[in-house]
Amino acid sequence: MLRNDKAGFGWITIVLHWAIAALILALLGLGFVMRRTPVDPALQFSLYQWHKSLGFTALGLATIRALWHLVEVRPRPPAGLNMLERHAASTTHVVLIVLALAVPLAGWAVASTSTLNIPSFYFNWIVIPHLPMAKSEAAENFWTLVHMTLAYLLLSFVALHALAALYHHFARRDDVLVRMLQTGSRQRASSQAAGSDPVIAGRKKP
Amino acid sequence: MTLRSQSPTKTIAFTLLLALGSVPSSATAAAPDLADAAGNYGITSASRIHFTVAQAGGGGIVGDFAKFSGNFRIDRNDVGHSTVEFTLYPESVKTGEKRIEDFLKSSAVFDTANYNTVTFRSTNVKQTGPDTAAVEGTLTARGTSRKERFLVTLLDWSRGSIAFNIRGNIHRSPYGMDVGTPIYSNVVQFDMNIKGQRR
Ligand code: HEM
Ligand code: HEM
Repeated sequence: MLRNDKAGFGWITIVLHWAIAALILALLGLGFVMRRTPVDPALQFSLYQWHKSLGFTALGLATIRALWHLVEVRPRPPAGLNMLERHAASTTHVVLIVLALAVPLAGWAVASTSTLNIPSFYFNWIVIPHLPMAKSEAAENFWTLVHMTLAYLLLSFVALHALAALYHHFARRDDVLVRMLQTGSRQRASSQAAGSDPVIAGRKKP
Repeated sequence: MTLRSQSPTKTIAFTLLLALGSVPSSATAAAPDLADAAGNYGITSASRIHFTVAQAGGGGIVGDFAKFSGNFRIDRNDVGHSTVEFTLYPESVKTGEKRIEDFLKSSAVFDTANYNTVTFRSTNVKQTGPDTAAVEGTLTARGTSRKERFLVTLLDWSRGSIAFNIRGNIHRSPYGMDVGTPIYSNVVQFDMNIKGQRR
């Protein structure tokens, strides 16, 4: 059950999806707090370093996920979606995959062009080199703006995407959310009536 | 790094050469002797308080303190009885990057709002060569006092003025300044050129 099949997602897709989702939500919160709230300067320094280490982790997983998305079988769209909904869903997924790469790459460009020249010491373990870019205040400001804009754009797509998932689960009562939570759901979902009880589905969540 | 470890030897050799070269006929010519320079001196603003904090992957934060004051006395009979006191104003730190300077002044490092000076008061001076000495004393920063040691090399002496190179490696964590480790080394390498004017 590691691989996807036509009927649903496999564990590799599911684990990548939720690991990346958790990291991205944490990074959005961390990014906001470290940059926009008055925190103690020593703590702020550590938060920036955590942000970079977690951000590189997100970049690594997002790269694997992007490649995986290209080569892996895509499950059939959930039953009951019209053409417009299918397009909206798959377009959102592609946008999320691209932004999950672009946002951390732009972050890496911020760290690389910054005149602060702070090394990215990945979890105090290995130094990840800066990108070969010239350091200047102008370049740093530009990439900070790009990173920030793309990050909040990503946040809005994540919100749209998550709300759609919740809408499917609680309003439409289909298996859109459930099939991203467990691999076996399709058998149960198909054996149950189309409007399966969301409370029961909820209890089955791992 | 290589430059750093070479230069003291170079300096001594250079001083020796100069001394030998200028008095070629004298068989007893040597580097300027610390005892000859006995007297009271004030540290002048021509001095340079330079420091380096190495960073992971090479390079580091390099800077100077622009504001400081101090004086020292070289004992006529016993160089070992010499004394030095020195005060540094960390709000004068210069690194070429304003955000780094602000960070160093902030509560994360020097906390200049609450501790506006770093002081050093010698407790023990030991001559280690004709133109070198080791100075031990109490360094006080951020309300913590600890014993530290600096190595002194006489660079230049003429009537009324004297110049030393002073080096010391100070661990910052005992002073509550360990922010940024291990990205930035715990060791601050001081490399100071101190000029004294006789009073
Ligand atoms: C998916 C991964 C990432 C997300 C979602 C993310 C999100 C954010 C957010 C929301 C901010 C605050 C923007 C603002 O309000 O101004 C931020 C700032 C920042 N991020 Fe990221 N980030 C990610 C990855 C990275 C990576 C990999 C790096 C560097 C290696 C990085 C470096 C930075 C830096 C340096 C800032 C502060 C910019 C400044 O203060 O000038 N980020 N990030
Ligand atoms: C935080 C709450 C999130 C929820 C509730 C959620 C929910 C879901 C659900 C239910 C699906 C399955 C859709 C289907 O059945 O076809 C899905 C797919 C997907 N999600 Fe999320 N997601 C969230 C966050 C994210 C984030 C942060 C990203 C990426 C930045 C993301 C990217 C994707 C992608 C790319 C797919 C398509 C999977 C594939 O085809 O490989 N999701 N998500």
